[in-house]
Amino acid sequence: MSRIVLDHVRMVYPGRDGGVLALNDISLTVEEGQFGAIVGASGCGKSTLLNIVGGLVTPTGGEVRLDHELIDGPGADRGMVFQSYTLYPWKSVRRNIEFGLALRHVPKERRRAVTDELIAQVGLEGFADAYPKALSGGMKQRVAIARALANDPRVLLMDEPFGALDAQTRVVMQELLLDIWERSRKTVLFVTHDIDEAILLSDVVYVLSSRPGTLRLRLPIDLDRPRSLDTMGTPRFAAFKRQILEIIHRESLREAGLTNRLGAGRGTASAGDAQTG
Amino acid sequence: MERELRIDEPGPRDDSVPAAPRRQRRGGFAATYLTPKESIPPLAVLVLGVLSFAIPLGAWAVLTYGGVIDPFTLPDPGAVISALQYMFATNNFIADVWASSSRILIGFAISAILGVPLGILMGSFRAVQALFEPLISFARYLPASAFIPLLIVWLGFGESEKVAIIVIGCFFQLCLLVADISAGVQKELLQIAYTLGAKRRQVFTRVLIPASLPGVVDTLRIIVGWAWTYLIVAELVGAETGIGHVILAAQRTGFTDQIIAAILTIGILGLITDAAFRLLHHLLFPYVERPGQTGSRAVVLARLNPFAWGR
Repeated sequence: MSRIVLDHVRMVYPGRDGGVLALNDISLTVEEGQFGAIVGASGCGKSTLLNIVGGLVTPTGGEVRLDHELIDGPGADRGMVFQSYTLYPWKSVRRNIEFGLALRHVPKERRRAVTDELIAQVGLEGFADAYPKALSGGMKQRVAIARALANDPRVLLMDEPFGALDAQTRVVMQELLLDIWERSRKTVLFVTHDIDEAILLSDVVYVLSSRPGTLRLRLPIDLDRPRSLDTMGTPRFAAFKRQILEIIHRESLREAGLTNRLGAGRGTASAGDAQTG
Repeated sequence: MERELRIDEPGPRDDSVPAAPRRQRRGGFAATYLTPKESIPPLAVLVLGVLSFAIPLGAWAVLTYGGVIDPFTLPDPGAVISALQYMFATNNFIADVWASSSRILIGFAISAILGVPLGILMGSFRAVQALFEPLISFARYLPASAFIPLLIVWLGFGESEKVAIIVIGCFFQLCLLVADISAGVQKELLQIAYTLGAKRRQVFTRVLIPASLPGVVDTLRIIVGWAWTYLIVAELVGAETGIGHVILAAQRTGFTDQIIAAILTIGILGLITDAAFRLLHHLLFPYVERPGQTGSRAVVLARLNPFAWGR
């Protein structure tokens, strides 16, 4: 039904000296009903990759397909959640959630039924008529998730949705997302720099290295579901984490070495520092 | 990793809620009043606000009642008040106030009706921006008052000349300010709309325009103040009615008290307009985050949020 296929995706941002290579030949598949995560440092192009799947950015090379359809623009079949708060401040929680339905002129009663259910699912009962300004960051992201789900999209694309939240709220949101996903079993592509988060949530973790963004590792996470916070304490979780950290460490060393050779005075601090989100 | 380090942080806390109520700073006058960006006691705000009017008023009274300045150069406050009474009672000053106000209203309305849509289009569509911005950026440096002689030749001394001055003074600035506002709408708001299935037209009408409106009303509030400046200049140059005309007539007959009374009237009209716009903003856009109000409200709601508990 809904399978995301990236086929030799390449992204070059125009600039001097032939531009900046942001993504180098990325091929990956998120199977129907799978939860896939992409981890990588800031500036590795992981958000760009997600925006390409969302149809917001056109890749320089390669192609992205949803099942067999070529993606060539954004659409209601791919719901997105961003890290920054993107609720419409002039709309109440309910109006935000039903916006996609309203765009398609879905009748009011139907919209009400859908929003009622989603509001309950993300635990915002009693806030249906509140404006976003009255909500905390975690609550805003709950609404953003509900808004994406209201369209019943074929896939859910999430770009560090909990990145701006504090540690406690983030844990709550991860469990909420697990719960929602268990029930809907939608295909998800999730971008994060938090390795714990990626392992906890995903069926497959893809590790992306920086400059240019290159796929370094595909790691299936066969931890039992349903998962919870306790999953993170298990030895197998730790083993997965070690595997990912090793790759990232090796990448950092490689990049640091490269920087040293390029210019002695510039130090070795390039491994993790940011380019763009 | 980060999580393990932070899990033992005490108490429930939700993000985006500002830290607990500000601790009272200890220390003397300097620490309370001279720490940048920190608030001061509410009573102090009130006292300072009253002083901001009381000090110049007091200085005025001392200079005039004390005989430092002669009454012709600077009449005393009492004289100005009785001049104002006289103007309303005998000179039908209210007709002049109305004449000026209606010119402002018409000129400002024309500027807004033309300038707001064009500004939003300029801020939203690169093509419209490329077509209009060079000309408008040039035109806004042309002083509106410099057009008065030309407009008198074209339109005579009538109402249309006064209105035209206001439009020239306001329209170009308004366009550029509104363009900045719509260009500043967070791009993710548009992107999300596309991913929710919105067409280009819907993104424009249902996201970009509503997202721009609060800023537009704020801009209108600022621009209407400028409209007064241009109008008074136009009325000083040639008019049969209006506050500017009254000022000029008073100067010719040597009634400085009437000049000051007329100037103060403009100030009061400005304050009323400003308050009206602020009220309108509050009524139209109750959802806009306003400083001071959000913090406390977010804290209260965060306490009601069961998901912030027990973690």
